[in-house]
Amino acid sequence: MERRLFVLQRLTAVLLAPLVLVHLGLVLVAIRGGLTAAEILGRTQGSVGWALFYGLFVVAAAVHAPIGLRNILREWTPLPRRAVEALSAVFAALLLVLGLRAVWAVVA
Amino acid sequence: MTDVAGARAESGPGELEVRIWRGADDGGFTGYRVPARPNQTVLDVVTEVQRTHAPDLAYRFACRVGVCGSCAMTVNGVPRWTCRTHVRRVLDEGTLTVEPLRNLPRIRDLVVDMAPFFEKWQAAGGVFEGTATRAEAPARVDPESAGRRAADAGIECINCAVCYAACDVVAWDPAYLGPAQLLRAWTLVNDERHAARRETLDRAMGPGGCASCHTQGSCMRHCPMELSPTEGIAGLKRRSLAAMFLGGNWLGGG
Repeated sequence: MERRLFVLQRLTAVLLAPLVLVHLGLVLVAIRGGLTAAEILGRTQGSVGWALFYGLFVVAAAVHAPIGLRNILREWTPLPRRAVEALSAVFAALLLVLGLRAVWAVVA
Repeated sequence: MTDVAGARAESGPGELEVRIWRGADDGGFTGYRVPARPNQTVLDVVTEVQRTHAPDLAYRFACRVGVCGSCAMTVNGVPRWTCRTHVRRVLDEGTLTVEPLRNLPRIRDLVVDMAPFFEKWQAAGGVFEGTATRAEAPARVDPESAGRRAADAGIECINCAVCYAACDVVAWDPAYLGPAQLLRAWTLVNDERHAARRETLDRAMGPGGCASCHTQGSCMRHCPMELSPTEGIAGLKRRSLAAMFLGGNWLGGG
């Protein structure tokens, strides 16, 4: 289990690195270009590409962050092991749900 | 909490003031004064305190020449071998503070219980299992092979617990096996004579294992034998990944 989580965290990090850079680039383009919300939605709505890009981003983040948080909770709080596992799982579910809802909101 | 043996409030020239931890967890520091000699080690100072001021001071040492690792203590906040620590090199604004090693239960004064250190050593898969008997010839291991060189880089560990005391993850996570323990596992994973190489690898990567290491490198920084548990742990992580993806072919070099 520890090994699997370790590998998943490292693999999702490999995925997230380029995704984050692209996302930051997009943010810069949108702001510099003075894009309005309507203009952005005009580009994302109905787009399978954006759905896949941000869908993958959300899934990777929902796997990566809670694994790290799990370690932090274990090292810095007096919480018992089961509570740490539960909180991390809840956080993962939260990121997944909120993230996929957001993706749906801009591509649907 | 401080009680200084000696009449004067300030230590005079030619005198060294040292604060030593007395008692266990509920103890405190006591100050002592000993003559400042040109070539004294911290172990010399502790011994002089025990002989002249505090006959009931509990501390460990054996060889006193830097080969056994028994005299490891925390000196001015740093875990070191006291017999290999010259006072003049570590004086912090003229003061010397000596405490027991961090991360191990305190028994009394400067003595800690090494049992948890060795229990974790076993839990990390450090017990060697042979594959041959005395009836067979000794194994012919190529000393230049990648595996043997990796093992040789770690086998000089004498289990002094300095790395264990230096490690912040050990301090934060009671389940973490520890640097010396994982380095030992690494030497066995690379030992072609060891019968349980895969099991040792799995233990080293399991709960409390090397996935918890944050590669801060305190172990490598403080090891008196100049070993690198950091490197061994990185090797375990790599080899564990290989085991996960290559299955039976995980016994690659490095």
